Amino acid sequence: MYGSASTHDIPNQATTGLENEDPILLAEFEAHIARGEKIEPTDWMPQLYRKQLTRMIEQHAHSEIIGSLPEGTWITRAPGFRRKMAQMAKVQDEVGHAQLLYSAAETLGKTREQMLSDLINGKSKYSNVFNYPTPTWADSNVISWLIDAGAIVNQMANAKGSYGPYCRALDRICAEEAFHLKYGHDAVVHLATGTPIQRRMMQEALNRWWPAIMTFFGPSDKMSTHTEILMRWKVKMATNDACRQQFLDMYVPKIWEIGLTLPDANLHKNEDGVWEFSEPDWEDFKRVINGDGPCNAERIAVRRAAEENGAWVRRAMQQPQARYVRPLA
Amino acid sequence: MNPKLDLLYRLADDQLILGHRNSEWNGLGPILEEDIAFSSMAQDKLGHSLQLYMLLHELGEAEPDTVAFTRNTPQFHCCQLTELPIGEYDFSLMRHFLFDHAELLRFEALADSSYEPLALVARKVKGELKYHVLHANTWVKRLGTATEEAIERMQAALEFTLPYALGIFETTEAEPEIISSGLFIGEVELQRRWEASISKVLAQTSLVLPDLRLLTPVTGGRHGQHTEHLQPLLDEMAEVFRLDPTADW
Repeated sequence: MYGSASTHDIPNQATTGLENEDPILLAEFEAHIARGEKIEPTDWMPQLYRKQLTRMIEQHAHSEIIGSLPEGTWITRAPGFRRKMAQMAKVQDEVGHAQLLYSAAETLGKTREQMLSDLINGKSKYSNVFNYPTPTWADSNVISWLIDAGAIVNQMANAKGSYGPYCRALDRICAEEAFHLKYGHDAVVHLATGTPIQRRMMQEALNRWWPAIMTFFGPSDKMSTHTEILMRWKVKMATNDACRQQFLDMYVPKIWEIGLTLPDANLHKNEDGVWEFSEPDWEDFKRVINGDGPCNAERIAVRRAAEENGAWVRRAMQQPQARYVRPLA
Repeated sequence: MNPKLDLLYRLADDQLILGHRNSEWNGLGPILEEDIAFSSMAQDKLGHSLQLYMLLHELGEAEPDTVAFTRNTPQFHCCQLTELPIGEYDFSLMRHFLFDHAELLRFEALADSSYEPLALVARKVKGELKYHVLHANTWVKRLGTATEEAIERMQAALEFTLPYALGIFETTEAEPEIISSGLFIGEVELQRRWEASISKVLAQTSLVLPDLRLLTPVTGGRHGQHTEHLQPLLDEMAEVFRLDPTADW
């Protein structure tokens, strides 16, 4: 999972500040990117680039750890050995992605501790979909399949971006996500083609999650400006709408194929091959992303508790006289 | 109970229940690397229990999913140590240290069991448990020599956990036959090896191992007597499965 474009759009003031950069270095930097080469941590980069990438990678990392919570609650309830072990491995991957991403973000100068502190203090965001609850096993399966699918669309695009450490992390993440997609699809198909109880559970979960899925890629491009410079610098590789269209094109037919329906009567592909749909409730999206969703407080409370309860361990690890043990066989 | 079934149920239930508890660390670890490590160990333990439930199935018991997901508290033979809630990291780490030292030695011995299918499983399992013990030792040595706060916490966790850990070695009526038939070396011998093994690691820390002879082991688990924590765990584990135990999930 779990990153999405929806959290890291550039703020209004961010197009300013370039006038303070060295024009020669800036021109070299832009030429470097235009040639398709990667920017590495020791390379010169404009402050705006550093700031936006830090923010983007950090929010992606937060989305991985917060995103592991709604699915993680189903590890202890997964039905049967096969599902229990797969759910554990899948969620573990997501935490591993966070680890990779925090390391990538640290190359830009912000420590993991600072990032986690900003997360629990509400200064930094994560993907908004994880502010919604997963009341049944089927909800967890919907996340495993469709939220991961959405994330892959986004991450495959971003993996072709300009910042080397982020691209390399994304390459590894996408390889694992491909398995998650198979896992999620398998779990969803099982329920969608199972007993009446299972089918109903899956349809209800899909109905619950569809509005959030439609907002996953962020506001429509006509509402979201300031992406031009991020596109030129290959920080943002595809627009929100392009990602959303690609997702709908790939997954709506698959959803319909297994006999599930989607709760939007206006959803269809028009004569030009473009998907049309009811406009998501962007006011609700803004309300939730700003903290007033059904699970925002709970998610942050869990993270805060983990940070506070584990503080003594981290303090102990910083102790220079602690016996260093090579953890290798 | 048939000695093979008696032994296998104890082994399998320990692994299943502690695997389940370890998996609860998702999202709660003191550092991300520990969320990941506890998840790896949980996956291993679930896998070990599955292998053992498959041996039980070959001996005529129900399918692994049925055995694991539909029994109630009195039918479980795990030691009470495994079923306690995860608590804070100091307790979970100490439980992991004390349990996995015993478990590694147990499966090393089982690799020579006269019951060949179990010996085969044990040869695979012991290779994985080696890493669980390495992980536990790494952390116990590190935290057991770090800050005063960490040493105090780990010492308190050691003292709290030891009586439960001694319950690992509770025997059943089948014990004499288990030993005489060469199925397993027996719990008394295992406990002797375990004491030597944990003492060696603890000696490299500032932690003090109390005199085990003065402690009263917490027993009952091997005979289906459990703490109040097991049934809620089982209810949670079976919550979805029980919606329709005949369905394919």
